[in-house]
Amino acid sequence: MAKHETPLLDQLESGPWPSFVTDLKRQAEKKPECWDILGQLELSFKDRITHWKHGGIVGVFGYGGGIVGRYSDVPKQFPGVEHFHTVRVAQPASKYYSTKHLRQLMDLWEKHGSGMTNFHGSTGDIILLGTRTEHLEPLFWDLTHDMGQDLGGSGSNLRTPANCLGQSRCEWSCYDTEECCHQLTMKYQDEIHRPAFPYKFKFKFSGCPNDCVAAIARSDVAVIGTWRDNIRIDQAAVKEYIAGNYPSNGGAHSGRDWGKFDIQKEVVDLCPTQCMWMEGGVLKIDDKECTRCMHCINVMPRALRPGVDTGATVCVGAKAPILDGAQFATLIVPFMKVSADDEFAELTEFIEKIWDWWMEVGKNRERVGETMQRVGLPTFLSVMGIEPIPQHVKEPRSNPYVFWRDEEVPGGFERNVEEFRARHAA
Amino acid sequence: MGYNPDKPMDGRISDLGPPYYEQFHPPVIKENKGKWAWHEIVKPGVLMHKSETGAEVYTVRCGTARLVSVEYIREVCDIADKHCDGYLRFTTRNNLEFMVDDKAKVQPLLDDLASRGNKFPVGGTGAGVTNIVHTQGWVHCHTPATDASGVVKAVMDELFDYFTSMTLPAQCRIALACCLNMCGAVHASDIAILGVHRKPPMIDHSRITGVCELPLAIASCPLGAVKPAKATVEGKEIKTVQVNVERCMFCGNCYTMCPAMPLADPEGDGIAILVGGKVSNSRSMPKFSKLVIPFLPNTTPRWPETVAAIKKILEAYAKGAKKYERLGEWAERIGWEKFFEVCDIPFTEKSIDDYRLAYDTWRTSTQFKYTSHIK
Repeated sequence: MAKHETPLLDQLESGPWPSFVTDLKRQAEKKPECWDILGQLELSFKDRITHWKHGGIVGVFGYGGGIVGRYSDVPKQFPGVEHFHTVRVAQPASKYYSTKHLRQLMDLWEKHGSGMTNFHGSTGDIILLGTRTEHLEPLFWDLTHDMGQDLGGSGSNLRTPANCLGQSRCEWSCYDTEECCHQLTMKYQDEIHRPAFPYKFKFKFSGCPNDCVAAIARSDVAVIGTWRDNIRIDQAAVKEYIAGNYPSNGGAHSGRDWGKFDIQKEVVDLCPTQCMWMEGGVLKIDDKECTRCMHCINVMPRALRPGVDTGATVCVGAKAPILDGAQFATLIVPFMKVSADDEFAELTEFIEKIWDWWMEVGKNRERVGETMQRVGLPTFLSVMGIEPIPQHVKEPRSNPYVFWRDEEVPGGFERNVEEFRARHAA
Repeated sequence: MGYNPDKPMDGRISDLGPPYYEQFHPPVIKENKGKWAWHEIVKPGVLMHKSETGAEVYTVRCGTARLVSVEYIREVCDIADKHCDGYLRFTTRNNLEFMVDDKAKVQPLLDDLASRGNKFPVGGTGAGVTNIVHTQGWVHCHTPATDASGVVKAVMDELFDYFTSMTLPAQCRIALACCLNMCGAVHASDIAILGVHRKPPMIDHSRITGVCELPLAIASCPLGAVKPAKATVEGKEIKTVQVNVERCMFCGNCYTMCPAMPLADPEGDGIAILVGGKVSNSRSMPKFSKLVIPFLPNTTPRWPETVAAIKKILEAYAKGAKKYERLGEWAERIGWEKFFEVCDIPFTEKSIDDYRLAYDTWRTSTQFKYTSHIK
């Protein structure tokens, strides 16, 4: 593979942000096919359009996901990227690594692929970017045998689950997100590797309502940590904040002079439920009115902490806009205990109930949130055996079009029009 | 041994899943899991978490290009071996995190990172701009309407000072998706950069028979614009489809289902800017991003129109918002009409929803502000 002129891409080598072009050039010295990645990308910058063909079904034996086939539409010009398949590798929960493990994976990818990667893909997998069909089985062999690692998901299956780093390095996490993510990932390997769903299905696990893994925006089942007792208050630390001895918001605003910290203005007045007040230098919270938005805790992390009776709120049905428009996940279970002690039994039972129903009624390429919308939330709740509660809606409906059922109306729907006419002339 | 192509199923291992995460925890993380008491951002890019046991972990956060090489990851490993006992992690937003268990180890780590050119910018914490979550773009994807890595590089070069400082009213999350499929799920970002098509699909009648399930292509259109049709290819009548271009909203879903319906185009494709989304429940509920600029061209290699538009929005927000206010909360407080005015963005019909449930976004009130839009 020859070096190509890349005058447009070269302009992305300057500037303070790390340059993927510089990095690609460095890699090309060892892996010459990277010159063809640069060459084809330069052509796209010149033509202002992609040069990858549509589709290409490739994979490893026994799996229906994990590899995304890709072929160049200008292979004669850039033979190094004629095949450019992506390999999705399952990432460890929370994305911690040892250098030993990463180096081994890099050696493997240098041997079997282009030498370029994404750390990480949007869903969470490690993405190994660009290899030829004949490398897929040898790569998979080495990955499983030498590293004890596996492929992630793609296609109409369970996509690789992901979590925020949870209790491993965060004081707010209301359950063990990484253990939950790992155990469910292991339990559902078959669903990850062998597409059997109407469309993709995602789980994401966030430890608190800050939702650092964006579960509520993009996962079919969003498991978001919460609590049902009282916010823990350290009144001595509250006084330190008021005195200006502790920085507000964990120091997040230290780059600008926002003036002296004002607990009334910055905490009490910004509480969405107005359930906090100061009384004789002591911070009071009416926890029954609290909706656990996290603002006060975010602002005073040394004084306030989530309660100790913790679990998760489970929301269902988020997705990006294709096709019916974007949807956030809808609150279905306000509070669920989420614990490794019972192997997350309540959560897995909940998930499997959704699958049983969705696999039967979901249309081809219909996300579960769209199925829910098609049948209506009341129907979904009844399928799940969940009592409707006001927490399921932002507000009650404003139209009167209730789908009454036959058995709900005295006498039912069956009536005799002739009897009716005997009393009411037409 | 290794893979034997003659006996592909012999000795095969499958369904292993990911390696167990705990083996990758640095000792200080393993020992203090579940015991963390509080945290503080010591300076931009450096976090300190304090355990109930008194232990501390210092985390140095660095931006990455996400599209990174084997050589780069090896360099990352060299740094982690030298300073962090051979452990590191990545964040959901493509940042790298190096962790040390002692304050004295922070400065040598920072010095080492700074000595490596621009490869390891330290920042992305607190009230600033963190790394841009993004998709593949022209480097790997078959349906993009713009590039990803190139746009991100151009935008982050311009916003670099916001990455290395904490001067904004709140954190600002920027995300890029190179088409409406939104692999990057950008629809709940403070600023979303979205690749959009503006020309309807072409029909490749000569290929459609071999590559396309016609009923699927027809069903793929949310507006029923794809209809069955007939065409003549090499003197033979074939079954194909036609597109009612007046109904097309350029979502590209038909191309996803049918390779014979390409719609990408150098002039047609470009970028839309959506703003004001968030996923956090802090103060207000999660919000979708709203379309404020319908189209900016793909001006390679640095997308100056997109970069300028984002900078303008960010600066107006930095100037106008109150402490803690996210971009969307600020826009709602001042009113969207005011948002367009202070950001100096022309308001067009393109920002008025005319898809399903559109009525929910129309203003059914007498409450409004007198801005320059009212002549």
